[in-house]
Amino acid sequence: MSTTQYLFSGFGGQGVLFSGKLLAYKGLTEGKQLSWLPSYGPEMRGGTASCGVILSDEAVGSPIVTHPDVLIAMNLPSLDRYEDAVVPGGWIFADSSLIERKVKRADVKTVYIPATRLASEHNMPKLANIILMGKIFKELNEFNEESIQATLKKIISARHADMLETNYQALKIGADFE
Amino acid sequence: MAEKVLMKGNEAIAEAAILAGCRHYFGYPITPQTEIAAYMAKKMPKIGGTFLQAESEIAAINMVYGVSSTGKRVMTSSSSPGISLKSEGLSYLAGADLPALVVNVQRGGPGLGGIQPSQSDYFQATRGAGHGDFRMIVLAPASVQEMAELTVKGFELADEYRMTSLILADGTMGQMMEPVSLDITVKPQPEKPWAVTGTKCARFHNSINSLSLVPEELEKFNSDRYERYAKVEANEAMAEEYMVDDAEVVIAAFGIAARVSKNAVNEARKQGIKAGLIRPITLWPFPKEVFADAAKHAKAFISVELSMGQMIEDVRLSTRCRVPVTLCNRAGGMIPSPEQVLAAIKQANGGEA
Repeated sequence: MSTTQYLFSGFGGQGVLFSGKLLAYKGLTEGKQLSWLPSYGPEMRGGTASCGVILSDEAVGSPIVTHPDVLIAMNLPSLDRYEDAVVPGGWIFADSSLIERKVKRADVKTVYIPATRLASEHNMPKLANIILMGKIFKELNEFNEESIQATLKKIISARHADMLETNYQALKIGADFE
Repeated sequence: MAEKVLMKGNEAIAEAAILAGCRHYFGYPITPQTEIAAYMAKKMPKIGGTFLQAESEIAAINMVYGVSSTGKRVMTSSSSPGISLKSEGLSYLAGADLPALVVNVQRGGPGLGGIQPSQSDYFQATRGAGHGDFRMIVLAPASVQEMAELTVKGFELADEYRMTSLILADGTMGQMMEPVSLDITVKPQPEKPWAVTGTKCARFHNSINSLSLVPEELEKFNSDRYERYAKVEANEAMAEEYMVDDAEVVIAAFGIAARVSKNAVNEARKQGIKAGLIRPITLWPFPKEVFADAAKHAKAFISVELSMGQMIEDVRLSTRCRVPVTLCNRAGGMIPSPEQVLAAIKQANGGEA
């Protein structure tokens, strides 16, 4: 049995809830059991927004992610707050354009990617979260072309069909970043 | 099987209500249930239904009374403080024997409280929704799938027994997304010969009313109503049992508390402790027999709640105090962790916490 718990955290507006949704829809596309639980409330307005996603081969028990296998930190307060919560041997992905410090833990795998800088360099300033997701899929061996295309079709409404290709490009930029 | 879609619990309730034939929604926004109203605002005009944002919760529940009088399926939704405002209307619905579906996506209280998840409206839902002798059917979903299924069931039970069905959810159930199948069978709606639909001069007029100034008559109305309630108690109690058969420590938990507790039960079993979980799906009627049966072999019960301990009273009553029942809880918008529940299991099992 395999269960992976993800915690996305960043400023409200960075798209952490959408990143979580992308992962959740990818899980749905692949026939996994899953839950997606956002933080809600005043903290979202300008403060820290977060969401927990659990992907599993079995029914998901508690949807609350307190000890993530994978932490995605999009700003410094998120890394400060959740670094210690990651399970030993887990992953921390950090947007290094916004987080200047390094991860202190030595017992986790750490991936730094300047997602925000890459996004503005590629003239897609709103897609730093998607670039980061590309890197995550790549590192976790989850960059499955077919299910990613199917997922994007589900999550991006027909009205914004032109965004589909841009989002895919953003995922590729993240995946190809060394 | 239909394809599963990802939905928030709140959206699943709204979609399932439409599926069940509800075409009238009245409400007033409040976190964490506003997605229900938002979904209805978007959908109802497209299918010839009515979405109306009332001027207050009190107005909304009385609009429910009005539509229900005509025999149509109707609902309102709110969160804890808003449900308190609907209290008078809930009592009037009961007094007039009108079916309705009401949703409470609970948040921490009392008073204006907070906006984070809670289960502290258990007493209100199962005992004191308003003045007078009356009950509501109280359904407690523990997944987005159940948010949808119990909404359909809620409408059906409400019509069958001419009562209010209350969906007692909480902030996590409302806000979280899970895969859900909306391939839900809906029974045909029953005839409602009592409804006020215009006599067309072909029958004596119906009247919908909760006023009764002759005490002998009012007593009879109450007795008749309680005969119906007895049928509900006999036929409609529901619970999920998880590893209860040989359990020595039995957890009682509903909704999100049950989800957390299931993790703890699994961990306890790995450590060799015979733990189990009874998850009431109906809080009224309370699944008393399931608890009474478990009390024959269990040595301890733990009530896990997002409150200061409310359901624990029903657990004690159902087990007739044969075995100790302890409380494992968080309140005010906090949620117990699986570790906290596991510690409570170990303590109840006789080890140190």
